[in-house]
Amino acid sequence: MDHPLNLTVDGQEHTLAVDPRTTLLDALRDRLGVMSPKKGCDHGQCGACTVLVDGRRLNSCLALALSHDAAAVTTSDGLATDGELSPLHRAFLEQDAFQCGYCTPGQVCSAAGMLQEAADDAPSVVTEDLEAPVDLTDEEIRERMSGNLCRCGAYVNIVAAVSQAAEESR
Amino acid sequence: MNPFDYIRTTDTADAVAVLTERPDAVFLAGGTNLVDHLKLGVTEPGLVVDINGLDLTDIEVLDDSGLRIGAMVRNSDAAADMRVRRDYPMLSRALLSGASGQLRNAASMGGNLLQRTRCVYFQDTSTPCNKREPGSGCSAIGGYTRYHAILGASQDCVATHPSDMAVALAALDATVVVLGPHGERRIPVDELHRLPGEQPERDTILEHGELITALELPPPRAGRSTYRKIRDRASYAFALVSVAATVDVDDSGPKPVIREAAIALGGVAHKPWRARAAEAVLRGAEPNEKTFLQAADAELAAAEPLEGNRFKVQMARGAITTVLTELTGGPESKLDDTTEDAHE
Repeated sequence: MDHPLNLTVDGQEHTLAVDPRTTLLDALRDRLGVMSPKKGCDHGQCGACTVLVDGRRLNSCLALALSHDAAAVTTSDGLATDGELSPLHRAFLEQDAFQCGYCTPGQVCSAAGMLQEAADDAPSVVTEDLEAPVDLTDEEIRERMSGNLCRCGAYVNIVAAVSQAAEESR
Repeated sequence: MNPFDYIRTTDTADAVAVLTERPDAVFLAGGTNLVDHLKLGVTEPGLVVDINGLDLTDIEVLDDSGLRIGAMVRNSDAAADMRVRRDYPMLSRALLSGASGQLRNAASMGGNLLQRTRCVYFQDTSTPCNKREPGSGCSAIGGYTRYHAILGASQDCVATHPSDMAVALAALDATVVVLGPHGERRIPVDELHRLPGEQPERDTILEHGELITALELPPPRAGRSTYRKIRDRASYAFALVSVAATVDVDDSGPKPVIREAAIALGGVAHKPWRARAAEAVLRGAEPNEKTFLQAADAELAAAEPLEGNRFKVQMARGAITTVLTELTGGPESKLDDTTEDAHE
C-alpha cells in the first residue's frame, strides 16, 4: 500500500505517494526526476547517491524514503544558487577533480557535509587530539571522504578541490 | 525486495507492543544494514516498524558520573560529543573507525550493536548459511575465510561480528538498557552477543520485541586507552583484527606495576571478544614486552584459525602487544591510529 510522502528537494516542495520499499534515492530519481544523485552500487559502498538531508550527508540508497517524510533534501544541483556554481563546485572544476563525472554529485554533497562537520570541530579517526579544533590536512580530507569512491581515480585532485573549498570558506 | 507494511511510531512502549504482536515485524533505525538486507533478500519482514521518531536521542551524565547514550543517537553525534571525546576516547575512536561519514550520520547506537555479520555467504542468498537459514550448512568453512573467526566459532558458523563500537563498549564494561514486553532489563554488553554454537541464527540474547533504548557507560576509568584497527585498506573497511584497551599503571613503587587492564578484540569472533585471559596476566605484572607477549599468548592459546585466516593469530598478537606498549610508554608516546598494512 502506498503511503503519503512530503519532501522538499533543492527548495522545491513535493507531495507524493510511495510504496514503503522505495528508497530515498529511487524517490528522487524515479518519482521526482531529480537526477543529480547517482545510483552506483545501491548498497552504501560507493557514495554516488550521497545527498544532504536536513544538512547532513547520507547515502540515499540505504534510506527508505518514508523515513525522511517532511525532510529537506539538498542535492549537488541544489548547492548552486540562481544558476551560479557554488565555491565547492568551482573548486572541483578548477582542480580537475573528476574524469567521467558520475561520482561527482555524490563527492560534492559529501564534501559539503564534511566541511560543515569539520567546521563544527567533529573529529575523525586520524585526528590526533580528539579535543582540539580540526585542521583539515590532506590526510584528514582523505579519511573524511573515504565513503565516496571514484573509479576514474581522480582522488588526488578531489583532495585538492576540497582543500581549496575549505580554504576559501575560512 | 518483498513487499512489507510500514508504520512509524514515536512511542517506545508502542514500538515494543507492535513487534510483540507481529512475529514477522522488525525495527528500522538508521537502516544502513537492514535496508541492504531487504534488497538482498537476507531479511523478508512483513512489517517494518520505523523507530527513527523515538525520543531516544539524549546523551546525559549519570548520577555516578557515568554516561547514558540514547539508542537513537547517531554514531557521528556520539563520536563528536565532547564528553565522549574527553572521557571515553576509545569509544570515540572506535566509532570513527567504522564505516564512512555518511553511514555514521545515519547509523544509530542501538542499530550498530545489532548489525549483522558481513560474511559474504550470509549476504548471498544463493549459498547455504546456517545463520540465514538454520540447518542449510556453512559455506564459509572451506571457503573464503579472511574475515572470519579464530576464537569461539562452531562447526555451524565461523562468522564475525563487524562492529567497532561494540568492541570498545565491551572493554568499557558498558551496559545495554533494553525494553521488552515484560519491562526493562539491563545487560552487560559483553553478554549481549552470543557465540554461534548450534544456533548461529541468534546473534544476541535479545528476544523478539525487545528494543535497546540506551547504552550506559561506567564512570571514566583511570589510565590510558585507545582503539586500534587493522584492515585491508586505510579507511572504510571492516576490521581484520582490532583492539580496544585501557591500561592503568601504578608508577609509585620502585618498579611500575599494571594496576588494571581491560582488553577487547574485534574481527576475531562471533561477538566482541573480551580478552580476560590476557587481562589476568597483565594485572599486577610489570609493563614490559615479555608481559605483553605472555598476555597475548594466553588469550590466543585457544585460537583455532581457518585455512584463510591463519595470519590473524599473529596479527592479533602483534596488535595487542603494540597497543599495550604504546599505552604504557609514558606521557610522551604518541598514539598512532593510522592503520597498518595487512598481508597474509
